[in-house]
Amino acid sequence: MTMLEIRNLHASIEGKEILKGIDLVVNAGEVHSIMGPNGSGKSTLARVLAGEACYEVTEGEILFKGKNLLDLEPDERAREGVFMAFQYPVEVPGVSTKYFLKASVNAMRKHRGLDELDAFDFLELIKEKLKLVHMDESLLDRAVNEGFSGGEKKRAEIFQMAMLDPCLGVLDETDSGLDIDALRIVAEGVNKLRGPDRSFILITHYQRLLNYVVPDFVHVLLDGRIVRSGGKELALELEENGYSFINGEINEPVSV
Amino acid sequence: MTTQAMIESDTFQAAFEALDTQSPLHELRSKGFERFRELGFPTRRDEEWRYTNIKPITTTTFKPASGSITKESITPYTLSDTSCHQMVFVNGRFAAELSDVGTLEAGVRLESIATISESSFDMIAPHLGSCAEIEREVFTALNTAFIEDGLFLLVPRDVDLEKPVHVIFITTLGSAAVVTHPRILIVAEENSRATIIETYGSDGDGVCLTNPVTEIIVGENAIIDHYKIEQESEEAYHISSLNVRQHRSSNVTSHNYSFGGRLVRNNLNCALDDEGCEATFNGLTIGHGRQHVDNYLRIDHNKPNCNSWEYYKTVLDDQSRGVFCGRIYVAPDAQKTDAKQTSMNLLLSEEASITTMPQLDIFADDVKCTHGATIGQIEESQLFYLQSRGIDKVAAKTLLIYAFANETIAEIKIEELRTRLERVLLDRLPRGELLQGGL
Ligand SMILES: Nc1ncnc2c1ncn2[C@@H]1O[C@H](COP(=O)(O)OP(=O)(O)OP(=O)(O)O)[C@@H](O)[C@H]1O
Ligand SMILES: [Mg+2]
Repeated sequence: MTMLEIRNLHASIEGKEILKGIDLVVNAGEVHSIMGPNGSGKSTLARVLAGEACYEVTEGEILFKGKNLLDLEPDERAREGVFMAFQYPVEVPGVSTKYFLKASVNAMRKHRGLDELDAFDFLELIKEKLKLVHMDESLLDRAVNEGFSGGEKKRAEIFQMAMLDPCLGVLDETDSGLDIDALRIVAEGVNKLRGPDRSFILITHYQRLLNYVVPDFVHVLLDGRIVRSGGKELALELEENGYSFINGEINEPVSV
Repeated sequence: MTTQAMIESDTFQAAFEALDTQSPLHELRSKGFERFRELGFPTRRDEEWRYTNIKPITTTTFKPASGSITKESITPYTLSDTSCHQMVFVNGRFAAELSDVGTLEAGVRLESIATISESSFDMIAPHLGSCAEIEREVFTALNTAFIEDGLFLLVPRDVDLEKPVHVIFITTLGSAAVVTHPRILIVAEENSRATIIETYGSDGDGVCLTNPVTEIIVGENAIIDHYKIEQESEEAYHISSLNVRQHRSSNVTSHNYSFGGRLVRNNLNCALDDEGCEATFNGLTIGHGRQHVDNYLRIDHNKPNCNSWEYYKTVLDDQSRGVFCGRIYVAPDAQKTDAKQTSMNLLLSEEASITTMPQLDIFADDVKCTHGATIGQIEESQLFYLQSRGIDKVAAKTLLIYAFANETIAEIKIEELRTRLERVLLDRLPRGELLQGGL
């Protein structure tokens, strides 16, 4: 089954075109990695998928499970099953993480026609999912992401993903800034969530994450275009040679 | 005096003449009325009223409020009977049948001013009017001219008043505009402690002017926790004046919550008259529709080594307007003063507006006075983050407004009051019911 289909996507911010014609198909169960230098548009792609209003889609379309994703508000996309782990998770002072998660989980459940979780079942779910990312429950008594260290924020994103049970996880540099233990924990979390009905897009700069979460496909994003796609070996190639070796091939994108 | 004020004072003249001249309160009233006539109502040309136009008040003819209410009408405002000493005033008059004073600690006096002025006027005479300034504030002069009833609390030396005193002022509203002048006098003697909650509410809808004056005299080392909650009809005019005089090493915290009213002005005057005093003033204003809420604070650091903190938050929607003016005066010998003022404001619509002004008059050189003001809208990045987790936009906004506003409620020490105000706050937010009970 096709989970996500992006066709000729062009997007700009403040009148400046960032994505210049992206085509990408992600089938259910697949893990795709997107790599590319700073400023190439990786986060833009992730945020356009999640529906951030400041980006304007000028051309193209995105189908998610056959639905036109661009017609949906960010919260509707989330309820349909799109989850983006933020490159820079946002702090929300004054909003307790537990309350936020409960509101979020119940919004999802309601959309799926399930009953809201009561306090007891909710805490059970929290306990179960916390184990996945080796996170301490006390973090949840704080305001959303407030005062979390960089690593805690990234782990909290994976924890949220586990709580929300999405169909598509878009992880924007969730590995950046993590020490090796935290990286393993995050990777392990993703691996446990991998399954035939769930797909991932892993945005990363480093091959290291891909040692732990082995992708089915690797794409190289350069200046708003996917200039090269391949299997997991492509990541190794990039690690060795950098992006410069691709520059010469820009005009002839290789298709999978 | 302006022509308009002349006309108005003539309507008040008739009401004043109708008062019982035999009352022991009458001498003070006469002084108040005289001063009221001298001062006249302010206009926007007066520095202290630049941002609040009281013309709707001066062009309305108010009748004295009258009528009675049932117990049901006060339930939106009450705390449970057992948790506090409850004094209810209906249309400015003590309503014994709705009140429940309960058992008081030895020596504590909690009575209506009407009662005590008849039975032991000597007890209140030295204090009544001792820190409310009729000289400067015309509405205080007006209140003084019409003192009939209100609350008197005396907490004797070394006594800890365990339960809070909750005083509720309710006005019955209808087609005619009515006026009340509630008065509160609190005397906390040396090393005593008390908590006082003032709640203002309405029964029905209509126009009224509520013009309360509170005086709190805080003895050496005494501790006062004070709350004022404005929950009147959104047609109400409400001009209040809180006057605090602190003696050595005393500690006062006062919280001001403004939810109701069409035009609200809260004057606050605090005199730190001896060394080692702490004064904390917190505020939360939630405005919508065409509400106008003006908080005007003046803190006088008259002696060295006193600290004052002001922390006011305002959330304004629709065409509502807010004003925050915090004046800090530091006398020439009030060295080591530490005064901090913060005004944080959240505007939810293009048409809402806030004016926030610190005013520092500092005549000592070794002091620390800081002030900060922020005016902002809902943070888009936070909204997107919440939405990206499946929470719809309205609920996400509500959650963010709640988070901003609730900080000032979360610190209320009386659990029942805290829960009640959280509910009042949520009632005011779109889809607030989503958050009820969940936090
Ligand atoms: N608000 C904005 N206004 C103008 N340009 C912007 C804005 N936000 C991002 N950009 C530009 O869009 C381009 C793509 O940014 P994006 O964040 O998508 O890159 P990225 O590939 O995720 O980079 P990194 O690896 O550093 O995370 C950059 O050139 C950036 O400067
Ligand atoms: Mg990025």
